[in-house]
Amino acid sequence: MLADLFDPAFADSVARIAVPILLASLGGAICHRAGVFNIALEGFILMGAFAAVLGTFMLGHVFWGVLSAILAGIFMGLLFAEFHLRRPGDAIVVSIALNLIGLGLTTYLLRSVLGVSGVFQDEALGKITEINLPVIESLPVFGSFLSGQSILFYVSIFLVILLHYIYSRHKLGFWMRAAGENPLALKTVGIKPTPVKLLALVLCGVCCGLAGAQLSISNVSLFVENMSAGRGWIAVVIVLVTNGRPIPILGLVLLFGFVDSLSLRLQGFGFPQQFTEMMPYIASLVALIFVSIRRMKNLVGMRGYDNG
Amino acid sequence: MTALSLFFILLLLLNLADASFFEASQAFLKSAFGGRRYAYLYVTISRCALITGMAIAALIAFRAGLINIGGEGQLVIGGFAAAFVSIYSGVTGVPGIILAILSAMIGGGLWAVLAGLMKLKLGVPILVGTLLLNYPARYITSYFVSHPFRDVASGMPQTLLLDKSLWLPFIEGTRLDTGFIFILIVYGFVLIYSHRSVPGYHAKMTGLSIEFAATSGINIFSTTLKTLAFSGAIAGLVGAIAVLGIHHRFTDGMLVQPLYAWTGIVAALLINLVPWAILPAGFFFASLTSGASGMERTADVPKEIAIIIQGIIILFVASRATGIASDTKNKEEGN
Repeated sequence: MLADLFDPAFADSVARIAVPILLASLGGAICHRAGVFNIALEGFILMGAFAAVLGTFMLGHVFWGVLSAILAGIFMGLLFAEFHLRRPGDAIVVSIALNLIGLGLTTYLLRSVLGVSGVFQDEALGKITEINLPVIESLPVFGSFLSGQSILFYVSIFLVILLHYIYSRHKLGFWMRAAGENPLALKTVGIKPTPVKLLALVLCGVCCGLAGAQLSISNVSLFVENMSAGRGWIAVVIVLVTNGRPIPILGLVLLFGFVDSLSLRLQGFGFPQQFTEMMPYIASLVALIFVSIRRMKNLVGMRGYDNG
Repeated sequence: MTALSLFFILLLLLNLADASFFEASQAFLKSAFGGRRYAYLYVTISRCALITGMAIAALIAFRAGLINIGGEGQLVIGGFAAAFVSIYSGVTGVPGIILAILSAMIGGGLWAVLAGLMKLKLGVPILVGTLLLNYPARYITSYFVSHPFRDVASGMPQTLLLDKSLWLPFIEGTRLDTGFIFILIVYGFVLIYSHRSVPGYHAKMTGLSIEFAATSGINIFSTTLKTLAFSGAIAGLVGAIAVLGIHHRFTDGMLVQPLYAWTGIVAALLINLVPWAILPAGFFFASLTSGASGMERTADVPKEIAIIIQGIIILFVASRATGIASDTKNKEEGN
């Protein structure tokens, strides 16, 4: 039975499930570190996924699809910035509005522009090319995890390393952290926090757009209404749990990919679908509780009193 | 300026759907307020009851600084509890209705209290705790109505039909179910609670400044749990009204798909948490949704246009008055 559970296809599915959540979490982390409480990741991903399908369908190549997804993500980031940075909108309220707009607009356009409701599928829709790495692909178990993935898989891993480097070594990373942790300090060195936050929102849009593209034109090649299906919220939880640090995000996302693939497999063994679909949320809740307890203890230990 | 940009976006969206503005607005008005013997107006009022109920649930929690965005889960638990108790307790008539409503309120209240306990005992932010509890609520009830408690003959994931004596009656001479009256009572109660009662005052003070409230001797622990229980119980009541008054059974997704909970939150934010305005706001969004369904039927405009409009309105309103609680630091941390 164990051999049935953990075969090369399992390793492959872990990667496929992990990539969109990883990209979205990185986007969320960039905002989180820069002090923008962005919980509209769900809406961002959905717009990316739809734009990817629309761009591929209209312009005839997945390259244009990926580009449109990035632009759609940036558009959402700019909307967020307009209402949260330039005007004094509350981040939570703006997020709720953008999630609604993401859901409403993609469903509306699906029906009015593409003329179908529910699912859009077309032969013209391709998939992002999968890259086969020589030597590595013949490794047992990890071969099908590391090789044969879409280019976005490698991009997302690269982004984890890049972000880790920027946050720990590069001036830009320090600025972005300061914008979140101590905007006043940033001002004293002559840098305005607002443009830094704007940059964070745009980068978040790029990441979430790519996450959407991975969902709609790599894992499958179609668009379904409300395709993001809660992944944006899971990314929000991952960002909160890891406090926006890239390496722990990678670890946690892989764990999620594992849990999710496992529950998909268990469905084949007769577990009810509802319980397997619920697993990622239960896992998020458990991870969150675990970290929250630890943080509470640390706080009490450090200061000797409870700060509420 | 705001109205103008909204109008242009509307024209653009209608143009994408190849609909004329005149035709679409006619369909909108008819479907929101008209129809044969006002049939559509009754649907709007019914929907207004549900949305206003969810808006009140959100408002009570938000005013206390508790960002409860888990109304959906509390609503679903309430709706399922009402259907389950109605079908399997065997109590019929008015006592049955009362029993169903009470179980729905207890179910919804406990579901919200669970998130409160996770905050107070484990430090999980209310925002995330309430949100994540939506999913177990959705999937567990979905499992119940797909397997153990399914009406197998209907071929759908839903419970059996309720006994006729448990259906909320129509108001004399109309096709409007009495669910609306319950919400009017809650509305009146919440006005008194918010402006004239001690617990309401404590909750408001906690929302404005948790440190000040704690220093003044308010028990934050019990205020948090009581407020959440109140908020969740109202969400549960809304679930019971939908089951007893409109659908007469619990069908998988029937309370999630129409986005009642999110529309309620949006309505509460639109009016910047001023209690008396919640009823007009609920009616406004109910008309928007009803009208959009009409545009879909006659002018072939997808009804999701209502969701887009809601989002845009909130963006513009949010950019004027800052919503939720006044303490920005709290929000940044997602408490």
